[in-house]
This record gives sequence, C-alpha cells and structure tokens, in this order.
Amino acid sequence: MPLAADSVPGPLSLACADVRPAAEADSVAGVAPRFVATPADAEQASALLRAAAGLGMSVLPRGTGSRLHWGYPPASCDLLLQTARMDRVVEHAAGDLVATVQAGVRLDRLAEVLGAAGQRLALDPPGGGTVGGVLATAAAGPLRLRYGTPRDLLIGITVVRADGTIARSGGKVVKNVAGYDIGKLFAGSRGTLGLITQATFRLHPLPAGTAYVTAECAAAVDASAVIAKAMTSQASPVAAEIDWPAANCPVRACVALEGDPSSVAERAIALTSLLEPGAAASVHAGPPPWWGAGPAAQRDGTVLQIGFWPGDLGAALASIRAAAEAAGLDPAVGGSGAAGVLHAALPADADPGAAASFVAALRDAIGHAGPAGPGRAPRPAARANVVVLHAPSEVTALTDMFGPVAAVALMRAVKYQFDPAGTMAPGRFAGGI
Amino acid sequence: MRGRTPGEGHGSPRALASLSPRLAEICGDEAVITDPMELRTYECDGLTAYRCSPGLVVLPATAAQVAAIVRACAAAGVPFVARGSGTGLSGGALPRADGVLIVTARMRAIIEIDPASRRAIVEPGVTNLAVSKAAQPYGLFYAPDPSSQQICSIGGNVAENSGGAHCLKHGFTVHHVTGLEIVTPDGELTWLGDGTGTAPGYDLLGAFTGSEGTLGIATKIVVRLTAIPQAVTTLLAAFETTGHGGAAVSAIIGAGILPGAIEMMDALSIEAAEAAVRCRYPEGAGAVLIVELDGPDADVRAETAAVRRLCEQAGAFEIREAADPAERAAIWTGRRSAFAAVGRISPAYIVQDGVVPRTALPEVLDRISALSAKAGIRVANVFHAGDGNLHPLVLFDDASPEQSAAAEELSGAILDECIARGGSITGEHGVGVDKSRYMPRMFGADDLDTMQLLRCAFDPAGLCNPGKVFPTPRLCGEVPGVRRGPHPLVASGRAEIL
Repeated sequence: MPLAADSVPGPLSLACADVRPAAEADSVAGVAPRFVATPADAEQASALLRAAAGLGMSVLPRGTGSRLHWGYPPASCDLLLQTARMDRVVEHAAGDLVATVQAGVRLDRLAEVLGAAGQRLALDPPGGGTVGGVLATAAAGPLRLRYGTPRDLLIGITVVRADGTIARSGGKVVKNVAGYDIGKLFAGSRGTLGLITQATFRLHPLPAGTAYVTAECAAAVDASAVIAKAMTSQASPVAAEIDWPAANCPVRACVALEGDPSSVAERAIALTSLLEPGAAASVHAGPPPWWGAGPAAQRDGTVLQIGFWPGDLGAALASIRAAAEAAGLDPAVGGSGAAGVLHAALPADADPGAAASFVAALRDAIGHAGPAGPGRAPRPAARANVVVLHAPSEVTALTDMFGPVAAVALMRAVKYQFDPAGTMAPGRFAGGI
Repeated sequence: MRGRTPGEGHGSPRALASLSPRLAEICGDEAVITDPMELRTYECDGLTAYRCSPGLVVLPATAAQVAAIVRACAAAGVPFVARGSGTGLSGGALPRADGVLIVTARMRAIIEIDPASRRAIVEPGVTNLAVSKAAQPYGLFYAPDPSSQQICSIGGNVAENSGGAHCLKHGFTVHHVTGLEIVTPDGELTWLGDGTGTAPGYDLLGAFTGSEGTLGIATKIVVRLTAIPQAVTTLLAAFETTGHGGAAVSAIIGAGILPGAIEMMDALSIEAAEAAVRCRYPEGAGAVLIVELDGPDADVRAETAAVRRLCEQAGAFEIREAADPAERAAIWTGRRSAFAAVGRISPAYIVQDGVVPRTALPEVLDRISALSAKAGIRVANVFHAGDGNLHPLVLFDDASPEQSAAAEELSGAILDECIARGGSITGEHGVGVDKSRYMPRMFGADDLDTMQLLRCAFDPAGLCNPGKVFPTPRLCGEVPGVRRGPHPLVASGRAEIL
C-alpha cells in the first residue's frame, strides 16, 4: 500500500519516538532511504525492526556512515537505522581488561575512555567509525599484525534480528566456549544478518614505549625484503606496513615496535643494523605521515583489498602493478604487508572499464580461484583474494566486487535462516546476499 | 531435508546394517569396525562418565572418503559423530548407538609448512604437539597448547576451540586457524576461509570453530604459526593462601604486564600432584603460582624483575626461576599432571571448567570453599588465574550414592556462581553432553534459538553429532515471518533458483 511521501508509518513511530522522513544527505551509494530512525536502546531497535518487518520494509544499519558505501548499492533501503543514540560505554572492567560498549560508540571516544586507565582496544582502522560499524565491516589497521581484526578481540555480542528478536552470544570473559559464536558470524557481515547493538571486547595495556623503523626502497622487492627480515628477526613487530603511492615512486616500509622503552630502543637499533646493506633505515618516535593514511583510507573512488599469504608479499606487489599497468592505471598501493593485506586505490574519475579489467586481471594473477564442482574441494591453494571494498556505481556495475566465494551456498543458507524475508541490507554483499 | 527435528536420528538397525558394506566399499574392509568388543573401545572420550558403544566405527584415510561416508549416512538417515583422539572432556565425541563414529586417526599428515607465511596445512588427526615439533626447525610453534597436547588432535581442537595455559596472551584455536576444508553434513567438501584471514563473505570459519562437531567435519586445517619468543622465563611462587596468590595476579595484570601464562594450584591439588609426579613444589604452600613471561629478551628481563617484586609484595615465601628448559618442564609437570593426579587421592572426580572475571576470583574461591565444607565434598582447585578459568576438581567416592549426588549438586552450584558473576559454564572443555543442561542458565531462549539458526543452515536433517551442546533442538523447517513473492535473492537477479 503506497504511503504519502513524507508520512512516517504509524507502527514505526509507535516503536520509536525518533523517526523522520529521510533527507538528501541520507542517501546510501546513491539510493535514497524513505525513513531514518535513531533508537535509544536495543529494546527500541527491536520494536523498530519488528514494525519494519511487519510493513515489509528493508532496513540498513548506520553508524557514522564512514563505510556505508562499501559493497553494492542496496537493492532497497526503506529504513535507515542509526546507532547514534546507543553510545554508552556500558562497562569498563579495567581489572579484567574487558569493556562492554554500545554499537554507536565511536572508536576515538572509546580510546579516550580506555586510555585514561592505561588500556586500549587494539584496533586502528583508518577512517575511525563506530564500534558497530567497524565490527560489521571487519575493518582493521596496522595493529592487525599482532592483535588481529575486530572478530579476534570480540568476546560477546548483542544483536537484534530482522524480526526484532534480541539475542546474545559469548559473554564478559575472554575464555568462553559455551554455545556458538554468533559474534564471529556477525563480524564482517555488513548488516545483512541483523543489527549489532552492543559488543564486549578484550583489551590490552597501552604500551610503555613505541618506536618506528622506516626505510625507503627503490623497488618493491627491496621493501618486501625489509618486511621479511623484520618478521624473522628478534624485533618482534606489532605492525609492518608498506606504502607505494605510484609506480615510479620509491616504496616505503615501516615497522612498529612496542614494549619496555629501553627494549624498544635496543630492538629498533638492532633492526636498522640488520636492514643496513639492503636499505637505509632510520628510527623515529612516531609513525610516518603516511601511516594509517594510505589507499585504505581513501573514501571515494575505487579501493581494492588484496588478501594473500604473507610469504607472497613480493609476488602480490608485482601482480598488482602488472595488472594495473595492463589496464593503463597507476593506483596508490599500500597496507599491512606482513599480515597479508594490501590495498590499491583508484581515483574517482578512473575509467570504469579499465578499473574492471584491473580487478579481473589481478584476480587471475593472484590466484583468486573459482569454486569447485560438486563433490570436489578446491585445492588448498586458493590462497589469495581480491575484494572491491567500494567503488563508484559505474565501476560496480561492471565488476564482481567479491569474486568467487567458496561455501557461498552455506552462506546463503545462513542468510536465509537469519533473515528469511531478505530485508536486512539486501543485495549489498557476496553471493547475491 | 526440511522439517526434521535435529537430534532425532533416523538410524534404524537396518539402516546401519545396510551402511556397513557401503562404508567398506569407500574405505576398505579393514577401515570398518563392526565387532562389538572393538566397538566398545570407542564408547567414550575423556569424559568416562558417559559411555555409549557406537553402531559402527569407520576410519577414513582421506577427505574424499570422509565426504563419501557422510553422504552415505545422509542418504540412509543415519546420524554420525566425528572423533579425533578422544581426549575431550565434555562428551563431544560420545557416539550414538544408532549411528556411525567417524574416527580421523588415520588422517595424520602434515601436508605443508610455509614458514615465510607462518602457515601450515595439516590433517585433522595430527596431534597438537606434532604441529609445534614440525614447525620448530623454522623458529615457529603452534601457540594453543592444551595440557593434553601430546595426544589431542588438531581436528578436535577446532571443534572445541581449545585453549591451554598460554591462551591468555597467545589466543585460542579460533585465533590460529585461517582456513578449513570441511565436509558439510550433507557430504559436500568445501573450504571456509582461504588462509589469508580476509576471505570474502561471512566468517563461517569463526562460527565453525568451537561448534563441537555439530556443523560438519574438518578435513584440512590451515593453521597460523607463531614466532618462538626470543626469551622465556618460568617462575614458581609459593603463597600461604590462594587469596595471597590472587592478589599477586591482580597486581601483575594491574601493572600492565601480560604474561604468557599464569596458573594457580591450591593445597589439595598440590598434594595430589606431589603424590603422582613428585614435582617437589615448596612445602607448606597453600597456593602456588606459575608465571611464564615470553617475548624479546629485554622485555622479559624487565617483566621478570617486576613479577618477582609484585609476588614478594603479595606475600610469596619462596620464588623459583627455571634456569634451563629442564627446570621449566619440571615446574610445569606438576600443573599438567593435576587432573590425572587427583585420581590418586580420590576414587572419582568431576572436572569443572567454569570461568569468572579475574577480579571475582578471590570471592569465588571463598564461595567454593564454603560450599565444599557445607556439602562435605572436597574440591581441589587448579586454574588459569590470568583469565579466570577455573578447574575445580570435585572429589567424591562414586561407590556412595549420597556422595555422587552431593558432588553433582556442588558442581552445579559452582557453575551457578560463575554465571552469577558474568562468567561462563565452560572456558575450554566445551558443552558436549555434559553441560547442555546448564545452557539455559547462561543463555535465554532467544539466545539459544538464534544460535541454532546456524545449526539449521548447516545441518537441517539433524544428523551431524546430534544431541550435543543444545538441550532442546530447534525445529528447522519453520520459517519465521511472512514471505511474500519470489525469494528475495532470486528476485534480485543475483542468485539461481533456491
């Protein structure tokens, strides 16, 4: 039944006071929602989702919107569900190194709260965002080498399903294997399984001392060697990043060390000596200007995420440049080389056809293999992948953003169980989800 | 097949009997066990209180054979249970009399080690310690280290999301598995993840790890290897009471130190360990703390000095530091032998696996002590003090019905204490059959229902290790909510007919 363009349906307003018609600025990847709701808590979010389900409305969760343009444009977006009012740090149990946080809390604010007690959530994704958004997009930064991605730090979660059911899994303790880990399932699920309202994380102490060892290399192969040496030395890096802004630029590497201050100083000096013959390295108290600001941080244009086994860093860098060159492109390249993740960024005005052939050629070169036939498993060597994180619609129309996905049938089955009506973030994800 | 209730196996004796020649076709005659005496040897895992002789046992050699076996079971409507080394402590590998037990012991190959990537691909029957041994020449090791690591299998570790003494700092199995080849409950081989940690789509790998064999069978595991730390110090500190030991732990964590391991044992468990392995812990200790620090040389030196000081301040009356690997092993022997050791001071015992927030440890230990005194049942405490994971060993004489009942009740009361403090009923042993009845105390009906959606997605027929983890199976045929028109995925044009 068609509704008047700007009248909020009764059931939605009953569920939550803060519902309004959408405005121009609320568009998601060029798709305009009809209504925007900002529930105060999980119970209101639950009532909203139940009401939306009853009205057959599609729903899209939104934190700060820093990564809302990731994936395909939504097939439909009736209700934008904002987490802005669910912004409390519910509990910081410093003695247990655990914090429970509502999904709308921004990472930088959380860092302030935890930092006051000398602790941190060891996540540094470029572009910040909210706890819920970072979890839903599995966003991570340089610290992923030592501490992992959001799912590795998550120990408990509260979600609201498409039909309004509130559910919890995990808990407040780090050691917990009771039941299935729904938190891992929701990490990286981009809003397609439900709304995350609260998360509990394990924390780490803030380091007493830090140092950054940087090296500028003429060629990618030298930068890979720097990373490899750092990883096999006794330096014990917490992060090791690469930055290669353009094909004819030097390739920069930077290794971050943490720990007891005199130990950090010792290790930094030892590392520079180790790197000496191959690269001129220097020690700094703070990160280089490009740290956390590379292609992964680019908000517009086309950004690819390339995942590979860490030992294949050199080959990955070479494949990226070769595929780009073949398509007539010169992306900014960089990322957590030691952790097996790189990003490549094209400007917003890059030719869409060229961008599409770059992605396809790179997938081929890097071995992002297709799914097996029935009854046969892919060889264990489908050990790399290329995902287009976000791109202008002219590019997404020509590209398979996620590439071949093993177990896609299982994923669809999971989606169907959690959201049988397909109302959560429809059409944005892998496998047609 | 839709609409079946998980947990209701359809294994009739006839169906089982018809399977036997089919399994022999798949794996060879010698891989199928039908003799009742031999079948009995598989009747339980590490939790001997629950026994059930399997209908059939089969020992496949390859992933393709596992897939064919599962397909045959699915076609016959016969439930199946996977078993690694059978060391589990929650009955996760407890067989079904109407089902097939699929034992992975023959799948023991380390397929590949890639030191530059810090990855290895292993078969599920490989033992945990074997992975570390194979990685050692490359300066690497496999971090999750359950006490049973000499025997327990990687496949079993994946099912239980096993931890071990070093998991506070180094993580559990789920942090060290980057790819899994699995056989789905309908007999298809598929990969979850690709070894990179960034594979597109849902993190089914993260959901599968720790699902206790109920979502499929892992046939290849891509593990993450960790650099062997430059330095390791192992300290043994003796205190008069567990209260003093607990205060030391809080002080250490409060100082921003993250040890590789902190373990505590109380007087009764020390007594048992001494009797079993002569570990010679300091006499008169009401509690001992084992603290292990690992990392770069200079950091370890600084932390060791700090930990010594903090232990002394908390009242340690003796502190030993291992001077070499042999002394390090000797310190750990007592702790690792604790479970088996209490078998010498008591006819029977229940191993609990509750977790509380670390800051609640002193209070909970007092409560356990009070409950134990009231029930007249002794409790020996061994625990991962760093993460609040307790292993109260409830000692009783199983020849006495009163003691058996009291021990059972005391165990439940201890778990209630854990839940009441925001903890967990299981930190690492899993729910299995042993703790499924406690799940509703920890989770609400909606929580359990939501978890079981996963089960319905993977195993709608309810044949894959049914009856484990959840006390009440969820009906999978239901479709909550109203569906209008064609399936949304089909309507979007992005999927085939579903």
